Amino acid sequence: MSAEPMTTDFSQLTEDDVRRIVKEELGTALKKDPGMKTGAIVASKGTLDWAYPPLILASAAAAVGMDVGIFFTFYGLNIIHKDYEKKLKVDAVGNPAMPMPVQMPDLVTAMPGMVSVASRMMKKRFADHKVATISEMLDTCREMDVRFIACQMTVDVFGYEQSDFIEGVEFGGAAAFMADARKSNMTLFI
Amino acid sequence: MSETTEDVLVDARELMCPMPVMAATKAARRLEPGQLMKVMATDKGALSDIPAWAEANNHEVTSTSEEGSDLVFMIRIGEPD
Repeated sequence: MSAEPMTTDFSQLTEDDVRRIVKEELGTALKKDPGMKTGAIVASKGTLDWAYPPLILASAAAAVGMDVGIFFTFYGLNIIHKDYEKKLKVDAVGNPAMPMPVQMPDLVTAMPGMVSVASRMMKKRFADHKVATISEMLDTCREMDVRFIACQMTVDVFGYEQSDFIEGVEFGGAAAFMADARKSNMTLFI
Repeated sequence: MSETTEDVLVDARELMCPMPVMAATKAARRLEPGQLMKVMATDKGALSDIPAWAEANNHEVTSTSEEGSDLVFMIRIGEPD
């Protein structure tokens, strides 16, 4: 085995040369930083208004070239449950941020049937503004290769089966999520 | 390959965030580097979203204009990283 002859005469390199080479190599390495190419999102909320952010942010991350996984846990499981259309609701009670056409006190918004009214109002408002539905967002995420991971522990605790969830959902635990998340520069808890 | 006529038109008008970028992504997947894509959108968020998306994917926004309430972006597809 013969060694390749050295093509660089290192005795001719100045300190400036070395600094320039180091800077170039560092620049190249940073551009390939795998941390910039991966993202991890935790989706822990299960109301209609909270279902949008993880799906929109994940698909946007995928659109800028990131490999993203959403870890659905606790009430976030509602988003990927087969019955998500029925499960994802929004409530005006104790929700002063919720815009209402007419100011209504909690005593009124707590009446039976008001959750359905508020949920329908929100869906209609979003549809009027041509915002994608949750169904469309789930499809979009799938098309953009966003990974869906359901937290096995909360699946069990809430009495769900793996078959209760939509196609393409993997199942994992906190350590599996962390092993992935630690490689990402972007981790969001929603 | 013309300099000003697009190879594909992405009509994302009336669609709200994040759909204009999603539509652009899907269309870009079917194009070769050097081809030209025209994206039309009405969502004002596209003014920041489309250039950011282009930069992240190595595409070049060759022009941005407004035709009434429509935003029009001409995008040259870049080499993949």
